[in-house]
Amino acid sequence: MNLRKYAKVFDIGLQNTFVYRWNFLLRALFGLVPLAGTVLIWRAIFTQRGADVAGYDYRSMVWYFLLTVLVDNLITPTEDEWQIAADIRDGQMNAFLVKPVNYLGYRLSLYGSYRLLYTIVTLVPVAALIWYFRGFATLPASAFTWVLAVVSLAMAGLIQFFIAYSLAMLAFWILEISTIVFILYSFEYFLSGHTFPLDIMPAWLQSTLRVLPFTYEMFFPISIFLEKTKGADLWSGLAIQTGWLLLTWLTARTMFRRGVRHYQAVGG
Amino acid sequence: MRRYLEIYSIMLRNSVIREMNFKANFLLWMAVELLWFLGQIVFIEVIFQYVDRIGEWTKWEVVLLVGTHQLIAQIFQAFFYTNVANLPELVRTGKLDFMLLLPVDSQFAVSTRQFGLDNVVNALVGVGIVIFALAKMHVTPGPLQILMYIPAVALGVAVHYSIMFFLAALSFWIVRAQGLIYGYYNLFNIARYPDSIFGKGIFRFVFSWIIPVIVVANIPARLLGRIFDAPLPLLAHLAGAAALAVGLTRAFWHFALRRYSSASS
Repeated sequence: MNLRKYAKVFDIGLQNTFVYRWNFLLRALFGLVPLAGTVLIWRAIFTQRGADVAGYDYRSMVWYFLLTVLVDNLITPTEDEWQIAADIRDGQMNAFLVKPVNYLGYRLSLYGSYRLLYTIVTLVPVAALIWYFRGFATLPASAFTWVLAVVSLAMAGLIQFFIAYSLAMLAFWILEISTIVFILYSFEYFLSGHTFPLDIMPAWLQSTLRVLPFTYEMFFPISIFLEKTKGADLWSGLAIQTGWLLLTWLTARTMFRRGVRHYQAVGG
Repeated sequence: MRRYLEIYSIMLRNSVIREMNFKANFLLWMAVELLWFLGQIVFIEVIFQYVDRIGEWTKWEVVLLVGTHQLIAQIFQAFFYTNVANLPELVRTGKLDFMLLLPVDSQFAVSTRQFGLDNVVNALVGVGIVIFALAKMHVTPGPLQILMYIPAVALGVAVHYSIMFFLAALSFWIVRAQGLIYGYYNLFNIARYPDSIFGKGIFRFVFSWIIPVIVVANIPARLLGRIFDAPLPLLAHLAGAAALAVGLTRAFWHFALRRYSSASS
């Protein structure tokens, strides 16, 4: 595989995003409002309760949410699915089909550059936040935990990307994919740990979530980093995550192959 | 005024006809909104496993609050959301020209083209939740409470509209404005929280007066469900904040229009 052309795509992705830096900055800025709301509601909850919530105190809860913001910037695709669907709908896909380029590889390079840039742009506000709450931060003691958390984070990012990519592939068959994207997005939002850490949920729900992909899109790497998932749970979790990674990757590939066969090159 | 009502009723009819042409889409959007709403209820359920009240708000009062916010947000979305969300696109493509040429007020023309029928259904779900929460609280609001609740909800819709319209009008300066639409959701994210969590500081002041998202659902919910609160100052606060938001947005729209240079066609 010629990696240089994908490196070039990565570079184009960077430049594209810089054009819309205001869009970026505003998103990052507005993103702080829900975070403030989350911190305030948990402050009220902990004041009321005067005790831990499922092993979290106020500090570790706030730290958890700061990590979700960081992870969100690092790995959650923002506009990739819409762009892919537009490529299909508007017939732009023709250009890729006749070129010696793998579309999945092309999109993955773009995704990588978007995430990198997004993380850099939001680094200042996120770093400021972490500094503001610096007393709340806890870092893993062992280097091994760092390695595992990073590996799991990379897998989480790829799972998110492959799911977004597979959904966008639906545009080969149907015109309007936004409803389906939003339905999945609501599941992801509530079940991947955005609204609250999954381990404060009732036990029966947690054991169901353990086998679903949502946990592995966000919550799992964070809980490794916080050293909440340890020992056997950690290894079995990593195994399930790898399984989901392979499954979503295969789905992404299959959807593309089937979709192209169905493709009518509208517009072109 | 009568002319505007007539124009609006025609556009309303067209929207409903258009919407009925895409029944599957209509049902799916309804499902999306319902899922989000369900997620919020689950969130309350999980939180109240650990506490029995947040500040002065009990569980069912928080449900009343979330139901009220659902009602307000869905009414806003039914009447205005699609239109306002489309404004950046009109500016980018230069299609705004046609809106400006119409012999009606430009803000009216931009804001009222489409109507979301699915949102009406979801607004009704909000009403259902409000009634259910009231029953669980064993509170029966009198005619006076209901009489204050209705204009309060309308004022809440006005605040939603003004803030989103303001954000969308920023697109005269910033070409790609998806971030602004996203900003609307982010700002109103905190509207569903009980106001007592915000303390008394600068944050509370800014989001109660300048960007009054905190009062949007909290004041109507208090008027309806917490009959022991003094109602008039609350209603006056909401009315004042809404008037300020509407006025500022109106002024900003005219200011922004002056920057409009249309796009090359």
